[in-house]
Amino acid sequence: MAVVDRPQSALPAAADTPRPFWRSLLTLRGGAGVRRTARVPWIPIVIISVIVVMAVFAPLLAPHSPIDQTLRDKMLPPAWMDGGKAKYLLGTDHFGRDILSRLIHGARVSLLVALLALTAGGGVGLLIGIVSGYVGGKVDAVLMRLVDAAFTFPAILFALLLAVTMGQGLGTLVIAISLLLWASFARVIRGEVLALRQRDFVALAKVRGCSTLRIMLTHILPNVLNTFMVLVTLNIGVVIIAEASLSFLGAGIPPPTPTWGLMISEGRGRIAEAWWVALIPGIAITLLVLSVNLFGDWLRDRLDPRLRQL
Amino acid sequence: MKRYIARRLMQGAILLVMVAMIVFFLGRLTGNPVDLMLPEDATAEDREAMIKTLGLDGSVLDQFVIFVTNAVQGDLGRSIRMKQPAVEAFFDRLPNTLIIIPWALLLGMVAGIPLGVMAALNRGGLLDRFAGTVAVLGVAMPSFWLGVLLIFVFSVELGWLPSSRMGGPDHYVLPVITLGTFLVAGFMRITRSAMLEVMESEFVKLARIKGLAETTVIWKHCLRNALIPVLTLWGVFVGNLITGAIVTETVFAWPGIGRLTYEAVIYRDFPLLQAVIILKSILILTINLGVDILYAYVDPRIRLA
Repeated sequence: MAVVDRPQSALPAAADTPRPFWRSLLTLRGGAGVRRTARVPWIPIVIISVIVVMAVFAPLLAPHSPIDQTLRDKMLPPAWMDGGKAKYLLGTDHFGRDILSRLIHGARVSLLVALLALTAGGGVGLLIGIVSGYVGGKVDAVLMRLVDAAFTFPAILFALLLAVTMGQGLGTLVIAISLLLWASFARVIRGEVLALRQRDFVALAKVRGCSTLRIMLTHILPNVLNTFMVLVTLNIGVVIIAEASLSFLGAGIPPPTPTWGLMISEGRGRIAEAWWVALIPGIAITLLVLSVNLFGDWLRDRLDPRLRQL
Repeated sequence: MKRYIARRLMQGAILLVMVAMIVFFLGRLTGNPVDLMLPEDATAEDREAMIKTLGLDGSVLDQFVIFVTNAVQGDLGRSIRMKQPAVEAFFDRLPNTLIIIPWALLLGMVAGIPLGVMAALNRGGLLDRFAGTVAVLGVAMPSFWLGVLLIFVFSVELGWLPSSRMGGPDHYVLPVITLGTFLVAGFMRITRSAMLEVMESEFVKLARIKGLAETTVIWKHCLRNALIPVLTLWGVFVGNLITGAIVTETVFAWPGIGRLTYEAVIYRDFPLLQAVIILKSILILTINLGVDILYAYVDPRIRLA
């Protein structure tokens, strides 16, 4: 992928988004005065890296099995509280399962679903966006009606329906979340393609006798990849929250596989006796989503500032 | 205007047919629809009767015709668990959801719009950054977790507010906050960017040149015009609230249609789920249509486009 650095002067001045005040705390260099260049969001990058490493090496890193029950040690508080045991750093749930180990394995599910759903949903959106924008005419009209329809209709209802009819599982979950994503990808990519279509190099390719398919693949596609990458990053948080919500509602990956949404769902009934079971996974979700969103904002400003209105 | 309404009605109808087809085919494609529609302890006679009434021995097309005919007459099947017509179950619960949605909208507007205005006036200042933080956090926190957190703080630890079910006014506080928080962020962002845009416009400059008081300029000239894009998002927000109510009502055991959807999922009550999905689609489509027509009425550019 060709990453083209746009000159900073090309940044539109008016359309900015509010900057959270602690963002300057989270970034290492500079104060309020030197905000011209977008600074690399190091802390979000570190958080994301830690969670990715956790997910990839989950079996090696987790101190206990995420599934095996030790009823003798049930509902132990985190190690720093009274009654906590050092071997359960973040405490245990009502089956005596180690929260930290479940959290580490849960990261796996969140990131795997995000990867697959963004590939599938984003890919379909990219394809539809390019075809719709470049071919135009009736094809465009029909595809955009479909996009409008997808926007009106809440995808979460389809996701629940799929879980009941097709059964819970990774496949169902990925299909359901892809349905949530494709329309917004298609709409933005189409907009980009409409602009690209007018450019001289496309006209030149046509004159040279390139087929429509060839133009779409070799001339349009590489030029929307930056936008695509930005969209992917900005949507990771959406997918993670959607996965957690579906798991919470009993329509995600079925138990006993630990997922963050399921952990919150299992813990919420015992919040009075053991708050850590439900609250700790939520902190993990919020931290991860916050980090990918801040990283996505930065990436967007670097690669494609025009997307700021989104 | 009439043509515009007719066109939008047509689009809504097509969308509804699509929803009905998807619900229908998902119910038939996967194995045996009889298993989906009947409780596990159903007798052979029950099964026979079900096959008869749904025309399951006929072609798929015939089955779809029967499905649509029944649906149009308000028959979307019987809930397995509640042992009553699914449509009836839906309408029994609907008022409980409709009663919290306006409060959540109100919270979103009352907190979000002034915050957006102040952020725009203070652009780059401390308040703007505070608003930015609210917006970023509001998006990053899953609302069901926020609900659990609120229960922990205000019900368990402080004991100020009830944690579940319907009741007096104090029962509304936590569900409304949980449901409305993402709206605060939404209203804030849109108000802020709309205000920034309006504040640059010629008529605002003119108002200033005329020597009007700054408060009049801001609240009367700017905000009024900035509110137009804010109001167009009503339809989208209400749609979001209806789906957002699924997790919120689940967390607070609130007996509305959101909780009903959750129950249909965890008890695998397919007839109930299909009714809920179709009726919710109708609800969301109607609201969107209403908002669009209202907006077209206010702004002629839309109905002519």
